[in-house]
Amino acid sequence: MVATFEPKTDYKVVGTRPIRHDGYDKVTGRAVYGADMKLPGLIWGVCVRSPHAHARIKSIDTSAAEAMDGVFAVITGADMPEAPSKLVDLGEGSVNFKWASNKLMADKKVIYKGQPVAAIAAVDRYTAEEAARKVVVKYEKLKSVTNVVDALAADAPIILEDLVGDDLGEDVTNTNMAEHIRHEFGDVEGAMAAAAHTIEREYNMEMVHQGYIEPHNATAVWDEEDRIKIWTSTQGAFPARTQIAGILQVDVSRVKVTPLEIGGGFGGKIPVYFEPIAALLSKKSHRPVKMVMERTAVFETTGPTPGGRMVIKLGADANGKLTAATADIWFEAGANPGALIGPAAMCVYAPYEIPNTRIDGWDVVVNKPKTAPYRAPGSPQVAFAMESAIDELCKEVGWDSMKFRSDNASREGTRRGDGVLFGKIGMEEVLEAAQASAHWKAPLGQPPAGKKRGRGIASGYWFNIGLKSSANLAVVSDGTVSLVEGSTDIGGSRAAMAMHVAEVLGIGAHDVRPTVGDTESVGYTDVTGGSRTTYATGYACWIAANNLVDELKKRVAILWDISLEDVGFNDGVFSSKAEAEKTISFKELAGKLGDLGGPATSTGSVDLESAGDGFGMHIVDVDIDPETGKTDIVRYTAVQDVGTAIHPSYVEGQLQGGAAQGIGWALNEEYFMTDDGAMANSSFLDYRMPTSLDLPSIDTVLVEVPNPLHPYGVRGVGETPICPPIPAIANAIANAVGVRLYKTPMNAGSILEALK
Amino acid sequence: MTTSSPSKVHVTTTINGQQHELLVPPYMSLLDTLRELIGLTGTKEGCLDGNCGACTVNLDGRVVDSCLVLGAEVNGKNVNTVEGMATPAGLHPLQQAFLEEAALQCGICTPGFLVAAKGLLDNEPSPSEGRIRHWLAGNLCRCTGYDKIVRAVQKASK
Repeated sequence: MVATFEPKTDYKVVGTRPIRHDGYDKVTGRAVYGADMKLPGLIWGVCVRSPHAHARIKSIDTSAAEAMDGVFAVITGADMPEAPSKLVDLGEGSVNFKWASNKLMADKKVIYKGQPVAAIAAVDRYTAEEAARKVVVKYEKLKSVTNVVDALAADAPIILEDLVGDDLGEDVTNTNMAEHIRHEFGDVEGAMAAAAHTIEREYNMEMVHQGYIEPHNATAVWDEEDRIKIWTSTQGAFPARTQIAGILQVDVSRVKVTPLEIGGGFGGKIPVYFEPIAALLSKKSHRPVKMVMERTAVFETTGPTPGGRMVIKLGADANGKLTAATADIWFEAGANPGALIGPAAMCVYAPYEIPNTRIDGWDVVVNKPKTAPYRAPGSPQVAFAMESAIDELCKEVGWDSMKFRSDNASREGTRRGDGVLFGKIGMEEVLEAAQASAHWKAPLGQPPAGKKRGRGIASGYWFNIGLKSSANLAVVSDGTVSLVEGSTDIGGSRAAMAMHVAEVLGIGAHDVRPTVGDTESVGYTDVTGGSRTTYATGYACWIAANNLVDELKKRVAILWDISLEDVGFNDGVFSSKAEAEKTISFKELAGKLGDLGGPATSTGSVDLESAGDGFGMHIVDVDIDPETGKTDIVRYTAVQDVGTAIHPSYVEGQLQGGAAQGIGWALNEEYFMTDDGAMANSSFLDYRMPTSLDLPSIDTVLVEVPNPLHPYGVRGVGETPICPPIPAIANAIANAVGVRLYKTPMNAGSILEALK
Repeated sequence: MTTSSPSKVHVTTTINGQQHELLVPPYMSLLDTLRELIGLTGTKEGCLDGNCGACTVNLDGRVVDSCLVLGAEVNGKNVNTVEGMATPAGLHPLQQAFLEEAALQCGICTPGFLVAAKGLLDNEPSPSEGRIRHWLAGNLCRCTGYDKIVRAVQKASK
């Protein structure tokens, strides 16, 4: 039974903008991020990495490194425990311990460039790096494949010899195809044949990286009791614990993960990289070991999200109603299976009501780093294809693309491409808000001399997830509350958690002191990802706060010697139902608990199956210089149904940050691969993310259609905003210069080429 | 510490107004000198090649990437880091504005942005939005899209 809630509007704390609790430490440099960890006797670890994308390891000679002064331990793939093939859900994506272990440290074969083949622990970083250069590895180079077309060719080198692919339920061997899924509803062929208008287009995208500024890191102690203590920057201490225990083949209770402050993740800090390696180095050296990843390795070996190939076909009737759609999606998984084609299939048609649909998705292994979730994983890619095709269809037939989107908009009861029926959603409200926005109503205006201006729009969708979260509360005698919750805070979520509690207790946001707990101080909590944190952990905080009210009612009953049923509570004040004048505030009561049974505590936990879907629409104006092909973003507006904005500043920040990442993906970012499988642009100089000079102010319109699944109506907001930018910009470019781009990045060179 | 390393360099430097006497390995960056030798971990490592600005510090009035400066180079110089911005009287106006404008999400780039922005406002108290965007283009932020950062700097401007 799923609980539902009526929307409220008379909030005291929800919807305000208090200064985040952790902000003071973060603006003064005091906040302790993963790389800031210090322990007595701490030594440094580094990895020896493969220079080849695909090669057999013939031999590894570590003797010269081991002989160096200051070197405490050297490990190779042979030191990694043999992990069984076991698939474990991590909330956003899943992990197979066998593949995860294989990815972290190659044993017999390397499958992507930069893959660790050995690791060194030494007295300091410089010594460890010097020792790493002394490790001699002999390789037999193999042919590599770095895109889905080559990887599926008949003569493609096989990357994982023991991979058994799943082709619609049939086992396939000797393949780079890990999985082929299909969703089909209605009479697709019939509807497509009967359609008055059809369009079919192919889209290709290069792999991109999340681009978090903080490199991966881990500090580990393997102690004398065989307990493993890890301090790290992770999106989820508990899923990190699951992975570390699974890869090291120890009981999960042997691993304690303390999440330190995290410098960005966007999905890329859900997988573990250094944690098991640092633990093994600690075991061998009998010292605490810290590892911080160099930026090149961050690009070459962590994170990226799939590029791939997509073919979309749409059919519409003469009245401008979509009747049929097909999507064929090939995504690159990287060197291990798991390209997140499932979420792509869930998202591709989501903004539209289409009666007849088919989706085929292929998960393809290539010699690139294993992909990880990146903000709405899979959705920005399919949005690029779908929203570009919609725009082009409208242009061909002469339909207004905004009206077309409204006429075909998803609503409550619409069937998503994978069969799920929508509950209460805000797609129509988003479209109305977009059309009412200052940006949409403003004329396009004149570009500077020599440039061409265009406007584009696109919708975007992320389903949002619920899952498991936990929170603990304790009353402090001065009338405040301490909160320990399990969600690592990437973007201000502590404040949102505290606000959930404060709203229930009738106290101020700063009367609640939130702390992110380690894996031994709070109940299991899933990743900060899937746009679930404010929704699910906030929900757990709300339950804990209500449980605390119930506990405090017992104390009031003792205080006044009345029955528990006669104790009321409203807006921070307890009262007697029998004697109206008898009241005591939460704050007063907190100081009296010593005489009323002692400390008052409570807990809250949730396991939420559904979360409430998130829809958005972005509007962008671009200026293009036809001489150089350069695109300037001159105006940008992000419109999104956010349910209820708990802390509007941080909700706006999610919309702005997602839009900025999408703009970078659209215009510049890509893994530029050499013929032998190396990323040619593995630095922030060459992998060019947007700077402050590349972007205008990003305006936001928060549409609030309260989510009935959350007590305050919260919907996840973090991921949807990265979905519309790529197609919105593609549509704006087409509007400005009359050429359409079918491949990302849509950089200056591509635009010049298309204009030829 | 290493067998192959030359002897250390004697460095006398002023960091956040306090004089330090250090023995710095000749290959050690200013970033590591601050973080590992002094313990000032507010200055962050993001790329170690001068492209992200997370390690921004002020060196004798110039905004620099401390990963591109050697610790041995700061002998006789003044280094100011994020830890030197607040005083016992309170936060620097930029720090206060960053909090009020929600100009940070994960916060890893924040020290670099604060030091860089202070370098601007120390010399140009009333910069235009375009000037702020140009000045801060050496600092990458992946969370915010820069909008609230620029607004915070404007708020702290005169």
